[in-house]
Amino acid sequence: MSEMTLVEAINLALARAMEDDPDVIVLGEDVGINGGVFRATAGLQTRFGSERVLDTPLAELLISGLCVGMAAQGLKPIGEIQFMGFLYPCIDQLVNHASRIRNRSQGRLTCPMVLRTPHGAGIRAPEHHSESTEAMLAHIPGLRVVIPSSPERAYGLLLAAIRDPDPVVFLEPTRIYRAAKGEVEDNGEALPLDVAFVLREGRDVTLISWGAMLKETMAAADALAVEGITAEVVDLATLKPYDEVTVLGSVAKTGRCVIVHEATRTGGFGAEIAALIAERSLTSLLAPVARITGYDTVIPMARLEQHMMPSVGRIVTAARKACQFS
Amino acid sequence: MASKKMADGGLPVVARFEVRHRNYLAPDGSINRPLPAFASDANLLVSLYRAMVLLRSFDRKAVALQRTGRLGTYAVSLGQEAVSVGIASAMRSEDVLLPSYRDNGALLWRGVNPEEILLFWGGDERGNHFSGPVEDFPFCVPVGSQAPHAAGVGYAFKLRKEPRVAVCLFGDGATSKGDVYEAMNFAGVHKLPVVFVATNNQWAISVPLRLQTGCETLAQKAIAAGFIGEQVDGSDVVAVRAAAEEAVAAARDGQGPRFIEALAYRLGDHTTSDDASRYRQEAEVQARWREEPIARLRAFLVGQKMWSKAEEERLAAECHERVEAAVERYLATEPRRPETMFDHLYAELPEVYAAQRRELAGEGDV
Ligand SMILES: Cc1ncc(C[n+]2csc(CCOP(=O)(O)OP(=O)(O)O)c2C)c(N)n1
Ligand SMILES: [Mg+2]
Repeated sequence: MSEMTLVEAINLALARAMEDDPDVIVLGEDVGINGGVFRATAGLQTRFGSERVLDTPLAELLISGLCVGMAAQGLKPIGEIQFMGFLYPCIDQLVNHASRIRNRSQGRLTCPMVLRTPHGAGIRAPEHHSESTEAMLAHIPGLRVVIPSSPERAYGLLLAAIRDPDPVVFLEPTRIYRAAKGEVEDNGEALPLDVAFVLREGRDVTLISWGAMLKETMAAADALAVEGITAEVVDLATLKPYDEVTVLGSVAKTGRCVIVHEATRTGGFGAEIAALIAERSLTSLLAPVARITGYDTVIPMARLEQHMMPSVGRIVTAARKACQFS
Repeated sequence: MASKKMADGGLPVVARFEVRHRNYLAPDGSINRPLPAFASDANLLVSLYRAMVLLRSFDRKAVALQRTGRLGTYAVSLGQEAVSVGIASAMRSEDVLLPSYRDNGALLWRGVNPEEILLFWGGDERGNHFSGPVEDFPFCVPVGSQAPHAAGVGYAFKLRKEPRVAVCLFGDGATSKGDVYEAMNFAGVHKLPVVFVATNNQWAISVPLRLQTGCETLAQKAIAAGFIGEQVDGSDVVAVRAAAEEAVAAARDGQGPRFIEALAYRLGDHTTSDDASRYRQEAEVQARWREEPIARLRAFLVGQKMWSKAEEERLAAECHERVEAAVERYLATEPRRPETMFDHLYAELPEVYAAQRRELAGEGDV
């Protein structure tokens, strides 16, 4: 066990996967000698060579398409997209190929690839570096969409993603790459995909979030505890397919739910969860489901980005309101 | 390269291509071949020189601001000042510039105020609402994605029979993107008035050119799109300007697109977020300093008695003053109110989002 940051845990999982399985290939822009712009692939090229850790030309569609071809050949490619804002050219490959080659070929060809990319705002980065469009990806059948919120889960979930026989988009919460620290044991053990983690148990209200926003969500739970409100905090962790059982179980217990995400509100993944609860658990609700989200506008650059993102205050207010409702 | 030859088997040659390299000034400022006509215009050469010096002092200040927490990530032009300045100098104000994120020299030449550039890199969208030509595009951060826009702009010019040219700047890394190939292909099909310029500074962050392409030149990529690609010495502003002048004139004249590969070297880190010592040798960088464009043009100008030490000192003081004044205006810019993030989202903000705007303004919640 040693204490490390989230990005170090990613690096550790990548190294472990490459060590364990010669089919694992890491590819992307600047992943080689530079070790990635966030240092997630630091040291890998020195250790595993430039055939298995390759700097690609600057072309994101290429990176995702190469992964599809390599994966169909039985390799386990892990592509890195430098920022989520540059992932959009990959949508063609993800929608038309990665996610459906198994289905199209009726199981003859498969696509065990991982596409990693930093997710979210809050690091005062330039334009197009602060995207959180996970809902777009979670809309694609056949894909898995995973986002860890701690070093330990980053390590275990990334190993799971790499070993999974289907394509996974692995979103890495940029804002807590270095801010989140925790004990990680390099035991090669994967965590389960498609399972939500209950980070804190509570009776009065369920707070559901993922990625970096769990920081504010946990802080909100602390603040609510001071007022005598016990919040249950669920880290969804896998958005596609997601753990409906844990969500519904928690809401059945608390009767109240606040969903927190930094992505814009309309069509965000919170809408999916709210719809699930409305369909399946309406009678257990003591208050309307609330969403605390980014606003329905373009993510602003550094000067205003903090105003876009859900604050602890907004989460607390929504949870308090739900508790006061009945 | 012999390895690239295929056995000809007596088959006829159906096409042959060549790529030319243009250079006038040697690194020491001496002349390699007869200069183009514009080079007899001392005022023009001096104005190119002044623009490059201004750009370098602006860059230096911007990095200082970033290091002291008053600016966000910033990309300097160190070593490639001649490209953006030389290219922009051949454009008319009614032409349209489509820059990358490293083309401040072109923006400044076209009338963008330095404080507007700082505002953008300081994380404020108002920097994009600049004083340059109103139809110019803003900085483009997603690499290469502005190239198709250039083809679209060129198409509009052609459709309306306007004698205007779209000029698109990007890096060597960008030439690997489909966006750039697709744009060039379309421009070639329709013989559009577009000039594509690749500043080949040898690096895309840590990725060297040899991992970007198997080609001897980037210029030859134009050949596959059906138009002329030329390589120029991008540290020789006379060569850049000459190539740009010719390309822009041909495009304006209806002869179709051109591609210019400007060979240069990125003497600085990729941006203020980068540490190039992780991936390249300092000795390589040092060796490239002897080619840099400002000293080269200065040596030429001084040799021609077009420039003196006194003028150099005056220019340094002038640039310092201009940059400091711009920084003052930048730092004094009124902060934006949070709700302005909804401004210019749509021509008219739909009522469903107006409530969110009010929440941000502190006028009740959603
Ligand atoms: C589509 C896209 N992918 C990745 C990035 C991250 N990135 C920013 S600049 C850069 C390298 C660009 O190299 P080049 O085109 O040679 O231009 P230069 O920076 O050298 O001027 C990369 C990978 C980006 N901005 N856009
Ligand atoms: Mg470059």
